[in-house]
This record gives sequence, C-alpha cells and structure tokens, in this order.
Amino acid sequence: MIEFRSVTKQFPDGTTAVDNVSLVFPSRKTTVLVGSSGSGKTTMLRMINRMVDPTSGSIEIDGERVSTLDPVKLRRSIGYVMQNSGLLPHRTVVDNIATVPVLRGIKKKEARQRSLRLMDTVGLERALAERYPGQLSGGQQQRVGVARGLAADPNILLMDEPFGAVDPIVRAELQTELVRLQRELDKTIVFVTHDIDEAFLIGDQIVIFRPGGIVAQIGSPADILANPVDAFVASFVGVDRGKRSLHLEGTPETPVVVDSEGRVAGVLAAGSNPLLIAEAVPQPGAGAPAQGAAT
Amino acid sequence: MNQLFATFAWLLDPAHYAGPDAIQVRVGEQVEYTLLTLLLASIIALPAGLAIGHTGRGRTLGVQIPAVLRALPTLGLVILLALMVGLGLLAPLIALVILAIPPILAGAYSGLESVDRETVDAARALGMTGWQVLWKVEIPLSLSLITGGLRSAALQAVATWTIAAILPLGGLGRYIFDALPVQDYPKMLAGSMLVIALALVTDALFALLQKVVTPPGVRAGRASLVRAKTTHSHARAALFRHASFIRNER
Ligand SMILES: Nc1ncnc2c1ncn2[C@@H]1O[C@H](COP(=O)(O)OP(=O)(O)OP(=O)(O)O)[C@@H](O)[C@H]1O
Ligand SMILES: [Mg+2]
Repeated sequence: MIEFRSVTKQFPDGTTAVDNVSLVFPSRKTTVLVGSSGSGKTTMLRMINRMVDPTSGSIEIDGERVSTLDPVKLRRSIGYVMQNSGLLPHRTVVDNIATVPVLRGIKKKEARQRSLRLMDTVGLERALAERYPGQLSGGQQQRVGVARGLAADPNILLMDEPFGAVDPIVRAELQTELVRLQRELDKTIVFVTHDIDEAFLIGDQIVIFRPGGIVAQIGSPADILANPVDAFVASFVGVDRGKRSLHLEGTPETPVVVDSEGRVAGVLAAGSNPLLIAEAVPQPGAGAPAQGAAT
Repeated sequence: MNQLFATFAWLLDPAHYAGPDAIQVRVGEQVEYTLLTLLLASIIALPAGLAIGHTGRGRTLGVQIPAVLRALPTLGLVILLALMVGLGLLAPLIALVILAIPPILAGAYSGLESVDRETVDAARALGMTGWQVLWKVEIPLSLSLITGGLRSAALQAVATWTIAAILPLGGLGRYIFDALPVQDYPKMLAGSMLVIALALVTDALFALLQKVVTPPGVRAGRASLVRAKTTHSHARAALFRHASFIRNER
C-alpha cells in the first residue's frame, strides 16, 4: 500500500505541481491518475520513487516513509515505465530489459534469460532481442519499456503514459494486454494517463486531477461515472462520450452503463446525473472517432 | 617544380634513413612527445571535463579557462618557460599541454552535455548511482565526442611539437631549423611535408578510433554530422597554425 499524506510539491521556480494530496493506493490494485497536461501526474509518480522529493507532507510504502529509504535501493525495487519509453539507446533490447536485475547483482546470463521470457510476456518476438531501441517502432519500444519495468519483479509498478506514443489500434491492444497481465501479476500499479477511456478500462481506482495538482475526485470508475462531484469532473468524464458510445443495458431497476465494446463502464446509481443518461443513450454502438484526444 | 623534385629526392635518399638524424628517428621523437602531451593533458582535462559535464557545475570556469589558455601564443610561452625552467623537454611540454587541454576539456564536457537528458533521467530512475550513470550511460554515449576532443588536441600537438627543435630536442622541426641558416629548401620543405603527413595520419587514426568507440546503437545518429564538421575545422586550424608558424620563422 502506498499512502500520500498532505503531499505538496512546489518547484523552485514557484510552480505548484502537486497541491496537498492525501491518497491511498491499495495493494494489488491499479490506481489511475488522470488529468490534463501539466496537472502534476508525473510529479506524483516521481515522488513515489524519490526522483522528486515533496516540499511537504509524507509518502509511505507499507508504512515506511520513503524519505528514510535510500533512493537508489528504492528505485531498484520499483518498476518504472517512463513517459517516452526512456530506453538506453546504446543497449540492445535484451540488455535494456535486464538493466535493473543486473544492477541488483543477478548474473548477466541469468538476467538475459529472464529478459527473453519477459519479451514473450509482453508480446515481443525474441528475434528483436539483439536490436537497439533506435531500430524499433514506437509500439515495440513501449513494450520493451513495460518488460523492463517488470524485470526485477517489483511489487510496485509505476507507468507514466506508457501507451502514449502509439496509434489507437496498437494502444487498445496494449491496454487489453495490460489488463490481462495484471490479472496474472497482481501488482500495485500506479498508471498515469490523460485519456479517461484508458483510465476507465485499466483502473480499479481513478484519481482525477484538476490543473494545479489538486485532486478533484477519487473513486471507482463506476462511482465517478455515476456521481461526478462537480461540473469539472462531469465534463472531463464526458469529454469524448461519443467515442466510448455508452449505452444502457441490464434491467430498468439496475441500469448498467456499457460501452461499444461491451465493457461495463459502471452502474447507474439512483439520483445520478440525468444529463449523462440523456446524452449516453442516443448513441448505441456509434462508430468511434478514434482520433479524438482526451484533452 | 625543381624544388619539389629535389624535396622528393631528399625524402627518398637512403642516407636520410640512417643515423641519429634519420627520418624514422625524428618521426619517432615527434610521436613520442605528442603522446606524452596527450597523456598529461588528458590526466588534467578529462576528469575536469567529465566532472563539469556530469554535474553541470563549473561550466563557466570550464569555458573561460580554456578560452584564456587558447589565447596564449604557444611560441612565446615556450620561450618564456624555457627562460624560467631552462632548455630541455619541460618548457615545451608545459606549453603544449596547455595547448592540448582546451579541446580535451571541451570534448569531455560538451560530450556529456550532448547526452539526452531524458536518457540520463531514465538511468537514474532505474536505480543507477551517480557513478553508474557516468560510466554506463554518459561516457559510452559521448565517447565519440570525447575522442573528437582528443583528436583535435593530438593534431595541434603533433603539428606544434615542431618547435621542440629550437630547444634543441629533435623532432621533425630539426630539419626545418637546420636547413634555415644554410637555405637548404628541399630539406626544409621535406621537414614540413613530413609534419603535414604525420598530422594527416594522426587525424585519420583518430577518425577511425571515433568510429570504433561509437556504440552501435547510436551510430549514424545526427551527432555524427556535427562531429565531422568540428573536427575537420580543428584539423584545418591546426595545420594552418603550423604553416603560419613556419612562415613567421622565415
Ligand atoms: N523540474 C521541474 N521544474 C519546474 N517545474 C516543473 C518541473 N517538473 C514539472 N514541472 C511543472 O509542474 C507541473 C506538473 O508537471 P507534471 O510533469 O507532473 O505534469 P503531468 O500531469 O505529468 O503532465 P503531462 O500530461 O503533460 O505529462 C507543470 O506545470 C510542470 O511545468
Ligand atoms: Mg507527465
């Protein structure tokens, strides 16, 4: 479990990236941080592995304050998938994946063996093992990034817009694979995105940020969809409703919100925002304008 | 034409390949002094340059000190030092090390600065220590530019060591200075051509080395264009320096 207690981060230039956030990331669950660009999501992640230290407040992992831990050891124990893959350009795919295990003292040969198995896990052909990052497509690089994040078998996995640089089709593929993987791996995942669809698909818990690093709402996808706390969240959640083409299924007593691919997006609670229903219902199975960016 | 022919005749004369004044002996001396210069300059400039590039601190000093050093007239410095420490190897060695420091220093820190900040950040985020980031990421990725700095230092040193002859230390300058008073132009020209040939060979060797040390994953990157351009202009500058120096002597 990761716990943030009144955490604030102000950069030396005066920017407040994260503003008084208190939050629990439950173990073995996926928490998705979602918000528009610059709302402090990356900063949140980087405070967990001490790439950034908070200005005030405390962060605990399983009851231990991270500020008391050695940053190098801490980072080696946490998987981190970076916003632009962050692969080392002078190392082959297999060596990139093996980086952290080797740093932790595992024999190179053994680490490479494990890397190859991880390539299978994330759906990369082993034939790519000896390629350099510059010789891979964006989607392949992202997969290598995910494999590298998993390589040391960490309990915690931080993923910063890991599927940001790929086209919508590959993106959807990677998303479903992550959901499948998480069923097997059971990690505590902190996932950052500014795509609310991605958040709803992947997250057990969603944290919506407003600009300025302020938490707008925390809850399950169903919670948030059914009871957005205010107009900001409602509009953020509803931005590209057309893309998800929500419609209602289930019995009239317990209406279930379902998207065009049949994914359950939530249950409609009594007294929930009627606007949401009114707009969601008329477009069952509408074609998805896949290019629509979330923010 | 005649002079040129005589120069080649001089270069091919077997008599010039024997004894203490043999061509291979003089070339050997020049190479030896150059290597010594590079070694000493590297011991000073590489750690300093790497420290500046890695920490990002001391950059102003790292730019200004070499700028001052570069402005020092090497010949003047050699003579001044010779007056202070006497004739022999020490005076020109100090002067040449001073000449070789700026390019090595600049190659090292600008090499590290050229490494993508995101890559360095990623290396830290994976749990590398500062040293590991330096040795496993920053240095491998900038080795080509670091070698480029050594390349221009080597070029300047190998050309400028010609002045060692005035002290009298041997080297290829011997031919030029011996030929001056007796107006033996073929010998003088032969000496100059040998210096130029040695400089070209040095440049070619370092160019090769730069290729070899570039990690395969980053070969053919955009940096190579910049690199080729700067080192060639360094090479031209060094040769020009040498040429004008000989002109001044006459
Ligand atoms: N090192 C830094 N120094 C100063 N300001 C910073 C620094 N890092 C981030 N910021 C600022 O903090 C705010 C939050 O940045 P952050 O990277 O956390 O946003 P984000 O939500 O991840 O955005 P994006 O979706 O674009 O990645 C931004 O205003 C950003 O400019
Ligand atoms: Mg970010």
